[in-house]
Amino acid sequence: MAILKTKNLTKKYGDFKALDGVDLEVNEGEIYGFIGPNGAGKSTTIRVLLGILKATEGEAHIFGKDAWEEAVEIHKRIAYVPGDVNLWPNLTGGEVIDLFMKLRGAKQQTLREELIRKFDLDPSKKCRTYSKGNRQKVALIAAFASDADLYILDEPTSGLDPLMERVFQDCVLEAKKNGKSVLLSSHILSEVEKLCDQIGIIRQGKIIETGSLKELRHLTRTTLYMETRVPMKGLSEVKGVNDVVGKAGGVSFQVDSEHMDEVIQYASSFGVVKIESAPPTLEDLFMRHYEGTEASTHLGGGQ
Amino acid sequence: MSSKLYEKTGILSTFILRQDRFKIPIWLISIIGFTLLVAFSFTSLYSSDQERMAMAETMVNPAMVAMVGIGYGINNYTFGAMMAHQMLLLSAVVVGMMSILIVARHTRTEEEDGQIELIRSLPTGRLSTLTATSLVMVGVHIVLGLLTATGLIFMNIESVDVEGSLLYGAVLTATGIFFTSVTALFAQVSESGRGVAGLSMSVLGAAYLIRAIGDVSNETLAWFSPLGWVTRTEVYVTDIWWPIFLMAAVAVVIFIAAFYLSSIRDLQSGFLPSRVGKRNASAFLQSPFGLALRLQRTGIISWAAGMLILGLSYGSVLGDLDSFFESNDMVTGLLRPVDGFSLTEQFITLLMAVISMICTIPPLMAVFKLKGEENKNRVEHLLSRAVSRWRLIGSYLLIALVNSFVMLSLAAFGMGMAGLAVMEDPIDLATFYQAGIVYLPAMWVMIGLAVFLVGVKPSLSSIAWLYLGYSFITVYLGGLFQFPEWVTNLSPFAHIPQLPVDEMQYTNVFILTIVAALFMAAGLLFYRKRDIKG
Ligand SMILES: Nc1ncnc2c1ncn2[C@@H]1O[C@H](COP(=O)(O)OP(=O)(O)O)[C@@H](O)[C@H]1O
Ligand SMILES: [Mg+2]
Repeated sequence: MAILKTKNLTKKYGDFKALDGVDLEVNEGEIYGFIGPNGAGKSTTIRVLLGILKATEGEAHIFGKDAWEEAVEIHKRIAYVPGDVNLWPNLTGGEVIDLFMKLRGAKQQTLREELIRKFDLDPSKKCRTYSKGNRQKVALIAAFASDADLYILDEPTSGLDPLMERVFQDCVLEAKKNGKSVLLSSHILSEVEKLCDQIGIIRQGKIIETGSLKELRHLTRTTLYMETRVPMKGLSEVKGVNDVVGKAGGVSFQVDSEHMDEVIQYASSFGVVKIESAPPTLEDLFMRHYEGTEASTHLGGGQ
Repeated sequence: MSSKLYEKTGILSTFILRQDRFKIPIWLISIIGFTLLVAFSFTSLYSSDQERMAMAETMVNPAMVAMVGIGYGINNYTFGAMMAHQMLLLSAVVVGMMSILIVARHTRTEEEDGQIELIRSLPTGRLSTLTATSLVMVGVHIVLGLLTATGLIFMNIESVDVEGSLLYGAVLTATGIFFTSVTALFAQVSESGRGVAGLSMSVLGAAYLIRAIGDVSNETLAWFSPLGWVTRTEVYVTDIWWPIFLMAAVAVVIFIAAFYLSSIRDLQSGFLPSRVGKRNASAFLQSPFGLALRLQRTGIISWAAGMLILGLSYGSVLGDLDSFFESNDMVTGLLRPVDGFSLTEQFITLLMAVISMICTIPPLMAVFKLKGEENKNRVEHLLSRAVSRWRLIGSYLLIALVNSFVMLSLAAFGMGMAGLAVMEDPIDLATFYQAGIVYLPAMWVMIGLAVFLVGVKPSLSSIAWLYLGYSFITVYLGGLFQFPEWVTNLSPFAHIPQLPVDEMQYTNVFILTIVAALFMAAGLLFYRKRDIKG
């Protein structure tokens, strides 16, 4: 069941279209990875979903309720963490966590203490003394200490060290285990790969790719390295093979996922001695679209 | 549905009080404490009717009217009339400033920094933060009014009666609520907290100036300024209440506009269009001096315009001064021209002292801008590159010095120009200019102190502001309260010769310059040695 759904979501700033018909669907119990380059429109989408920005066109629903009209009702069941957390300089981290929990009406004291310990935060320090990472921890603790049904996280780990990133990932997986849903916008692709069931890629305000990681991998190329008894000839003519590079004793190349079978059959006739494969990463996927952006900017650069 | 717009306003209100648990009480204690102190000092300094009448004579001149507002009950200058005349307007201005600073902070500044986004992602209403801020401020101003009134009543001073005291407090309450509403409105319009505070302060300044010009020359004009309504309550004389209700009614209208605009706009957007910026930095911007100047450009230009207007408005009072004296035999008899100098010239010296202290504000801000940059961890971007600390703080110092010269020149020049235009028996422009520019060394001492504080311990920068406030009170109001001479002499401004009435005193000016230079040198030296935050 979809608990978050947008249809043709469009947001204009003057003449500039920050969002251009975004369709998004997050199902219950799912971790949805929302990725895209800087300025693609991730934060804008999320702010519309939070009812902080009003959409120029289109619809946004969470729990079947309108994101703008019923924001307060929706917010009772969601937790949000932005990428850039600014807090009140003369209050302590503990005070801010309490305020956030009180505003939601949740009283989960033990969970709060446990998270503070896990994230290794000193809640008695004034927020003005916190580094970016520490401020982010405050928002994360407040979010995970609340009993939300949907977590909306906008690049939430941009200030955390690798150790804390692990803690964060544990928290997200824990939430999933409890049947909660997560919308995670991120730059850190390994994180998305590790956590997310579904992925949406946004670029220049448009969703250009959606699906499970598995589905999206179909769209990518696997890198293969092979050594054969007889040198492989005519490999570059085989359908689906790209970027053939001869290496000491072998050859490295990329294969379109859907032509894998043909390529392996062709190669086996030369007597395969050794084969190494690197699975396609989200990074490849992302880079391919990112390069697309660059190409189009170059084309459009003449105006 | 609509009730959801204000969800959790209560919690947010207590949260604001928690944040400002020191700030608000300090404001209240200062304002109330100072009011009661002045009331007390009046009773001890001017105990007899004759003394009070003598004081009344010195207060009834256009320069004073421009500064503190029209006085009522001058013919029977009771303690109450004195309080209402000399304290009420200035207190109202301070209350307005307090409103502006606190409201701008809790509305646009927090929105700009992203705190309000976090609050809004929680189950709070769209208008809750604005409502909470407004409610808290209305409450604070009511408490301020009541405490002031109670304090005045309990001092049990003759003629400071219950109704008058309540009205006195109510005027402060109403003014505070009015400027709360103005700031709430600008918080919807401008995209930055600084912009909100700046625009609101301009309204406060404009209200003060319009009232000054109106009070001196055109009664109708004064009615266009809410600060004009303040003195027209005639507190302790006839106690007119309706200007309070007028002010409250206008505030309600402004609040409605602010809430409406807030409800239709996106978070972090404003109604003033933001322009498209430049792609590349100009060569000028690519130096610490250029950067420092650029960061303060808008502020400097606004202050420069403000100082010119300030000079012009004070100058425009001078013409009426002459006609005023002609029509008032008693005053002419009282203040006979001293040693060939006209009364106008004597007032020029008082005005120049005040103007020079106001002109000290922008250079001090220029120096403390470096502190602000450091607090936001932006100084390290420069220092980590090939920029020495000397060059950095030197750039800010240079800007402050040029700034002091420009501000004072504009104000003195403005006063001269307006004075020449309205005076029947004009003094030449050079005399005006000299009377003003001679205050530069005193301003340099203030700048030097600021540089010294930034160099040693920036968190102590409020010392410079307190010192300026101290100078203002002792030099400007010194005569009024008859402070001992040494109290006044602690201020650098007291050592400047009052041209053209005094002789030029080169030694004083020279010593002040040396003191300023020593402060600056020490500041630069310490700045090189101390830790930079961040
Ligand atoms: N208030 C605004 N006014 C004009 N343009 C904006 C505003 N906010 C965001 N944008 C633009 O909208 C686009 C999307 O921004 P954003 O959603 O923040 O991107 P992301 O979060 O994916 O990095 C960017 O090009 C950004 O410059
Ligand atoms: Mg973003």
